[in-house]
Amino acid sequence: MSSAPIHRRLPLTWLGLLPFIIFVTLFLILPTIHIVIGAFQDRSGTFTLQNLKDLNTGTIPSSYWISVKISVASAALGCLIGFGMAAAVTFGAVPHWIKAPLMTFSGVASNFAGVPLAFAFLATFGPVGLVTVFLRNNFGIVLQRDLGFSILSFWGLTVTYLFFQIPLMILIITPALEGLRKEWREAAEVLGATSAQYWRMVALPILFPSLLGTFALLFANAFGAVATAIALTGSALNIVPIQLFAQIRGDVLGNPNLGYAMAFGMIVITAIANVLYIWLRIRAERWLK
Amino acid sequence: MSLYARITGWIVLLFGLSYFALPLLGLTEFSLKARRGVYSFDAYAKIIGDPEFQATFSYSVAMALVTIIMGILIVVPTAFWVRLRMPWARPYVEFVTLLPLVIPAIVIVFGYIRLYNTSSWLPLTGSVMGTNLLLAFGYTTLALPYMYRAVDTGLRTIDVGTLTEAAQSLGAGWATILGRVILPNVLVAVMSGAFLTFAIVIGEFTLAALLDRPAFGPYLQRIGANKPYEPFALSVISFAITWACMGLIQLTNRLSKHTKAAAR
Repeated sequence: MSSAPIHRRLPLTWLGLLPFIIFVTLFLILPTIHIVIGAFQDRSGTFTLQNLKDLNTGTIPSSYWISVKISVASAALGCLIGFGMAAAVTFGAVPHWIKAPLMTFSGVASNFAGVPLAFAFLATFGPVGLVTVFLRNNFGIVLQRDLGFSILSFWGLTVTYLFFQIPLMILIITPALEGLRKEWREAAEVLGATSAQYWRMVALPILFPSLLGTFALLFANAFGAVATAIALTGSALNIVPIQLFAQIRGDVLGNPNLGYAMAFGMIVITAIANVLYIWLRIRAERWLK
Repeated sequence: MSLYARITGWIVLLFGLSYFALPLLGLTEFSLKARRGVYSFDAYAKIIGDPEFQATFSYSVAMALVTIIMGILIVVPTAFWVRLRMPWARPYVEFVTLLPLVIPAIVIVFGYIRLYNTSSWLPLTGSVMGTNLLLAFGYTTLALPYMYRAVDTGLRTIDVGTLTEAAQSLGAGWATILGRVILPNVLVAVMSGAFLTFAIVIGEFTLAALLDRPAFGPYLQRIGANKPYEPFALSVISFAITWACMGLIQLTNRLSKHTKAAAR
């Protein structure tokens, strides 16, 4: 009878988590599973792969492609500029007091996706925006005509996304940059390495998992953004979240299960990016402790 | 630090900062231009007087408060219980709370619409109150990663086991322990999670629009299409609210450090 107390205690301990388990099951797990299962069913509910095949029809492949392009472009530029800014404040190129306010600002701005962000960029780079009018009146440059730049285009959306991508990069990469020890640099210098050699052969290989991981996270971040894109471009730019939004509202694809498949595709892409991020982060932490 | 590196650092930083400053400047300037030739607060006056603004804004504020309360009710007992009795389950619970960052919000709400429609076993979208409830559950889900991390960090700084035993030996039940011992001790952490939740909910667009609720985010998007200056004034207002929330997080964090230092 020695196993009796264990039997009685196990279910009781579990009960403490019951509210949480019920909540996430009802409002996170089940809805997601419903979408995933629906992606593999036809209208009558039998199993099929046809929906996934149908993703390759109509405007869907091009919308995935443009979504991926925007996410890659904004993630790459976000990594580059964010890295530059984080490096400037971490390695003392600029006065040290700038760092704390920059980190605070990054914390705010990285959460600031949405409708207001779209209006901020419209007011600045739109047809009658601050920068547009300034360039036209003072230099005679018309953004759209002379530089081929429109806020309602691929590059317009990318530039807007950078407003939350750069701060996210700064937030994540600064601790990694701080983890680069002075001794490594000194050791490299003692052995006769130039600054460029130190970066190419010591610092960047150490930072590489962090950089690639953050890139993956920024990619997922841009891929799932809906509100900014809809407020900015309406339906002018055919990216996946906008098309899915229209599909949920009014079944524009004419096949509900194709909508499930589209949503499933989104989950797969953001999941891959996030798993990559987590895996690379674990690798990075081996060095940066 | 060589001169070359210094100059590069300054250029990169100034470039970045002007990128962030320009849209905020452009937005504010544009929102003040409602009257021809002079700067004025006309757009602000007009929008604040708009009954639809008042209605949607108070709806979103109410929604944010409900979300915060739900979040606290779900997250605090769970995080507490995991720390106290099931430390082995922490990675799993944490993983689940991070899922809303992996699964796009638009996919989650898509699932809600199909799973809780009028012909389902739980027809939440069938009534106004049910849909409101569903929206609040959705927001609680979106806020889960931030809320859980905030509360769990707060719990790390206190000795959960000893506090619980002390309270139990004085005859306290679970509700008393949670409400009068644990919650006051992690209040600062809960507050920072709450402010972040407030900032997220107040301007949220996707869930509210697809569940067809009269919230502030969809209203902002809608008037953006047919009013010239008002949406920009509204955007300035919602920027200000977000910044105020984040400022309050910084403030509460600083206050907590202060009180902890004083206690030592």
